[in-house]
Amino acid sequence: MSERLSSGGAGNRISVRKTPKLFIGGKFPRSESGRSYEVADSKGHFVANAAMGSRKDARDAVVAARKAFPGWSAATAYNRGQVLYRVAELLEGRRSQFVDEVAAGEGVSRSKATAAVDAAIDRWVWYAGWSDKVSQVAGSANQVAGPYFDFSVPEPTGVVAVIAPQESSLLGLVSVLAPAIVTGNTVVVLASEARPLPAVTLSEVLATSDVPGGVVNVLTGRTDEVAPWLASHMDVNAIDLAGAGDAAATELQVAAADNLKRVLRPQRTDWTATPDLHRMLAHLETKTVWHPIGV
Amino acid sequence: MTTTASPPVASGTGLPDVSQITSSDSALRRFLHGLPGVDQVGAEARAAMLSTRSIKTSAKAWAIDLAISMIDLTTLEGQDTPGKVRALCAKALRPDPSVADTPRVAAICVYPDMVPVAVEALRGSRVKVASVATAFPSGRSSLAVKLADTRDAVAAGADEIDMVIDRGAFLSGRYLEVFEEIVAVKEACGEAHLKVILETGELDTYDNVRRASWLGMLAGGDFIKTSTGKIAPAATLPVTLVMLEAVRDFRATTGRQVGVKPAGGIRTTKDAIKYLVLVNETVGDDWLDPDWFRLGASSLLNDLLMQRTKAVTGRYSGPDYFTLD
Amino acid sequence: MNTKKFDYAPAPESRAILDLKPSYGLFIDGQFVDTLDGRAFKTVSPATEEVLAEITEAGQADVDRAVAAARKAYDKVWSKLPARERGKYLFRFARILQERARELAVLESLDNGKPIRESRDVDIPLVAAWFFHYAGWADKLDHAGFGPNPKPLGVAGQVIPWNFPLLMLAWKIAPALACGNTVVLKPAETTPLTALLFAEICQQADLPPGVVNIVTGAGDTGRALVEHPGIDKVAFTGSTDVGKMIARSTAGSHKKVTLELGGKAANIVFDDAPVDQAVEGIVNGIFFNQGHVCCAGSRLLVQESAYDEVLSSLKRRLGTLRLGDPLDKNTDIGAINSAEQLARIRELSDVGEAEGAERWSPPCDLPVKGFWFPPTVFTGVSQAHRIAREEIFGPVLSVLTFRTPAEAVEKANNTPYGLSAGVWTDKGSRILWMADQLRAGVVWANTFNRFDPASPFGGYKESGYGREGGRHGLEAYLDV
Repeated sequence: MSERLSSGGAGNRISVRKTPKLFIGGKFPRSESGRSYEVADSKGHFVANAAMGSRKDARDAVVAARKAFPGWSAATAYNRGQVLYRVAELLEGRRSQFVDEVAAGEGVSRSKATAAVDAAIDRWVWYAGWSDKVSQVAGSANQVAGPYFDFSVPEPTGVVAVIAPQESSLLGLVSVLAPAIVTGNTVVVLASEARPLPAVTLSEVLATSDVPGGVVNVLTGRTDEVAPWLASHMDVNAIDLAGAGDAAATELQVAAADNLKRVLRPQRTDWTATPDLHRMLAHLETKTVWHPIGV
Repeated sequence: MTTTASPPVASGTGLPDVSQITSSDSALRRFLHGLPGVDQVGAEARAAMLSTRSIKTSAKAWAIDLAISMIDLTTLEGQDTPGKVRALCAKALRPDPSVADTPRVAAICVYPDMVPVAVEALRGSRVKVASVATAFPSGRSSLAVKLADTRDAVAAGADEIDMVIDRGAFLSGRYLEVFEEIVAVKEACGEAHLKVILETGELDTYDNVRRASWLGMLAGGDFIKTSTGKIAPAATLPVTLVMLEAVRDFRATTGRQVGVKPAGGIRTTKDAIKYLVLVNETVGDDWLDPDWFRLGASSLLNDLLMQRTKAVTGRYSGPDYFTLD
Repeated sequence: MNTKKFDYAPAPESRAILDLKPSYGLFIDGQFVDTLDGRAFKTVSPATEEVLAEITEAGQADVDRAVAAARKAYDKVWSKLPARERGKYLFRFARILQERARELAVLESLDNGKPIRESRDVDIPLVAAWFFHYAGWADKLDHAGFGPNPKPLGVAGQVIPWNFPLLMLAWKIAPALACGNTVVLKPAETTPLTALLFAEICQQADLPPGVVNIVTGAGDTGRALVEHPGIDKVAFTGSTDVGKMIARSTAGSHKKVTLELGGKAANIVFDDAPVDQAVEGIVNGIFFNQGHVCCAGSRLLVQESAYDEVLSSLKRRLGTLRLGDPLDKNTDIGAINSAEQLARIRELSDVGEAEGAERWSPPCDLPVKGFWFPPTVFTGVSQAHRIAREEIFGPVLSVLTFRTPAEAVEKANNTPYGLSAGVWTDKGSRILWMADQLRAGVVWANTFNRFDPASPFGGYKESGYGREGGRHGLEAYLDV
C-alpha cells in the first residue's frame, strides 16, 4: 500500500501517509501507552504503524461507550436507522479506498475485495432498516390471564465489547458492529489484530457520519492483551467473541462471568451470507411491563 | 395529589376546615379530586383475597350472631302493606322463635308511609326504625319535596333516615349542590341518624365512590351506604372496601367516626362473613358493632339463622324450619 | 393482636390427602430407583422441624445414569415423537396437575413453609397454566419466529430453587419438553417433595421413561449435573453467586445456558399513587412468600412528599398480617424455608441495625418451633447500607426516599441486579417514562409480583440471562 500511496502522486511527489489511531469518544487519540505495532499487507510489506491499544485505552473506551449509551439508546429508532444509513452513504463514497485496504490486508483479488466492500455497505443498509422493526419482531403483547395490559419490548443491553473477526477485516467487522449499535447499544470494538486498517478507516467514516461520539469506539492492538480487560470489565454488559480463538474464547468467557455478561461465542460464519437476527437479539434484553386495566 | 388534599384537612389531626373546602364548587372539586385515586384491579384483588378467609367454628358462630345484629331488615316494595311490615317487625324481634338467645336485628327499613306501622310494632324494643327518604330511590325531586319527605318520616318516629344523593348533580360535577342538599337533609333529620346512600352502581368508578363517600361525610352523614337495592350492581365487596377506607381515613383526619352500610345483594351467610372480614381487616374492632356497620338485607336473615342452627345442632337445616315474612 | 374481637379460629387444611412415603429414591428412566453412590438426607417441615421423609442425595454415578436415560429417551423416543403428540403429554400434565391441585398445594406448603393460601391460589394454578401454555407451543414452533423447523437442544440439565419448588419445575420442564428436549432436573435440597410427586404424575401420564428424570440432592449433585458433558443445556434459577459459577464452568462448552438469578427490586411510590393499592403492592411485593422471591420489591422508594402517609398506612396494614401455621388457610406469612436462610436474614437484619437503620416489626408472636422471622421494615435506609444492596431473600423491607422521578430512576438502577421494579403513580405518561428508564426485565406498574405463562420473565445485568415464559421462553430450549 505504501507503494500505492507513493505511486499515486505525479512524478516525484512524496505521498502524505496517515497515522492510524484509535477512535475513542469521537476523538482519535494515539494509544496512551505510546506504543504502536507494525501492520503488514498480505505479502509481508510494511503498511503502517497502528496504535497498540492498552488496557487503559480499553478502559477509556468503555467509559466513552457508557457515556454515550443514554443518548444513543434514547434516540428514536428512525433516527438510528438514518444514522446507520448515513454510514453506508459515506462508505460508498470511500469505496475504492476500502477496496484497496481490504485487497491488500486480506490478500484477495480486487474483485473479491470489491464484493466484500459492497456487501459491507449493503449490510449497513440492511441493518439500518431494522432499527424500527426489530421490536415488532422481537416484542409482543402478552395475553395474560387477568385484567392486565402486558407487553414485552426489546431493549439494548448496554455497552457491548466486540472482538472483531480476524480474517474478514471490513465485512466481518461491519457484520458484528452494525447489529450491536442499530438497536441502541454502544460498542467498544477490538479490530482485527493483523488487518486493522479498514477498521481505522471505518472510524473516520463513523466520525464524519452522524454517529454520536462514543457510540462506536475502535481499538487496535494485540487481541490477547486487550480482550481480557474487556471481558472482565464490570461495566461492559455483553461481549461478542467473534474474533477470539477457541482457547482464548473460553478464557474470555470465564472472565465475562464475573458480571454475567451476555456472551456470543465464536462460531463459523460466512460473512457474505445474508445475516439472520441472532446478532441483534444477542445484544437485546426483553423488558416486560404490566399494568392493570381498569376504570 | 394527596398533598393538595392536605392543607385544608390539616394532615392527620384536627378537624378539616369544612367551610374552606366547601366555600365554592371549585374548592370542593379540588379537594375531592385531590384524594388518592383507587386502582380498580388492585382494590378488587384485595377484596377477592380477603374473601378467601376461612371462618370456622367459634369464629363463625360469633360472626353469625354479629351479622344478625347488624341487619337492617328491609322491605322497600310498591306492594308493601301494614300487614307485611308488621310481620317483618315480628321477625325482627324474634328472628328464630324456637331459639331464645338469637340476637335481634339492628333495624327495620321501610318507606316513609310505613314508619308509623313499624314504630308501633317495635315499640319498647331496641330495634330501630329506619326510613328511606328524599324521593327514594331515584332522588329525582325538588329539594323542598325531599326535605318534606324527610321531616314526614322523622315526625312519624323514624330513628334513622336513609337518603339518596343526587347522582345527576354528582356526575355532572356539581358537588356543592350535592353537599348542600345533604346538609339540608341532615338538618331536617334533627335527632334522627342520617345514612347517605351513594348508589355506587350509578357512580361507575371507585374514584367516584371515594369522592362521594367524603362528600357524604363532610356534609355530616352518620353513615354512608352503598345502594338503594334498586340498581345493579348493589353492594359489592370492593365498593365496601373503598368506603371503609374512606371512613378510616376520615376518622384519622377529623376524629369523627362514620358508619358503613352495604345494602342489596347480600343473601348468604358466606357473603355476610366476607363483609365482616373486610371490616375486620380494613378498619378493625371499632367498626365491628351495629352502631357502625349495618347490612341492608332481607333474605340474608334466614340463611344466617339456618347456619346458626347448623352450628348449634351439628346438622344441616332446611328453609321449612324458618319463618318467611 | 390477641384481644381482637374477631378472632379467626384455626382453619387448617387437612394433611389426610397426602400419601407420603418414609423414603424416596431417584426418578430415573421412568422409575424410582435406589442410589448407586449417594446417601440419604432428611427433608423437614420448616414450620415445625418435623421430619417429613428421607430423600436421596444423588451421586455422580446417579447423575450419569440419569443423563444417560435422558439421552436414550431423547434419541430413541422423544425426538421421534410428532410434535403434536408431545404436546398432548403436556396437556395431560396440565390436567393431572389440576386434578391433584389440593394435594400438591398441601405438600408444597408442608415442605416449603409457604402459606397454603399462596400455594393453593398462586403456585399450583400457575403450574398447571404453565404446562397448558407450553403444551400448545409444541406443534407450533415453526411459527415462533425462529425460522422453519427449529431443533431442540437435546438433554437439558435443570437446577431449581426452594422458593417456588413446583412452579420452578414447571417453568423449566414445560418449555423444555414442548421444544422436544428431555430433562434431568434437580430440585432444591430443602424442597424435594413436590418434584417427587411430579415424578409420580409422570408415571400417571404414561410419559415415556427417561423423558423426565428427577435427581434429588444438594450443591454437589447440582454441580455434577451442570458440569456433566452429556447435557446440552443448563437452566438454573438461584443465587447470583452460583449463577456465576455455572457461567464459568460451562464456558467453552456447547451448552446453552440460561440463568434466572437474584434481585434487589425497587418498588417506587409517587405521591400521586393510589395509596391503598400501593400499600397492598408493597406488602405483596416483599411479604409474599416470606420475601423468598428473587423479584421481591425489597427496596421501597417513597417520594418524600408522601412518606408519612405511605409509612403510616404500611405499618397499620402490617399489623393485620397473620403469621403462623402454613397450612392454616388464613395465614399470610409462613415459615422461613430453612435454618440456614433464617440465619442469613437475621445476620443481614442485624447489619441493618448496626449500620444505623431503624428496625420495626408489628407485634407478632412467633411459634417456638420451626424457622420464623417477623415482617420487618427498615426506615432511614440509604443506598450505602448493605440492606439496600444485598439480596436478603426474606420478609425484610428497606425504605428509602426520593424527591424527583429522575432521582427515583437513578436509585432504582443503582444496583448490579436488574430483575424487576415497581412503579406506583396515577399519571400515565410517567408510568411509561419510568418503565422505559428502569433497567429491569419486569416492570410492574400499579401492581407487583404478577406472573403468567404468556409473559416473559427474566433479568438484566447480574440478575441473569434468558427469558422464561411465552414465546421468548422457547428460545432457551431451541437450537437457534
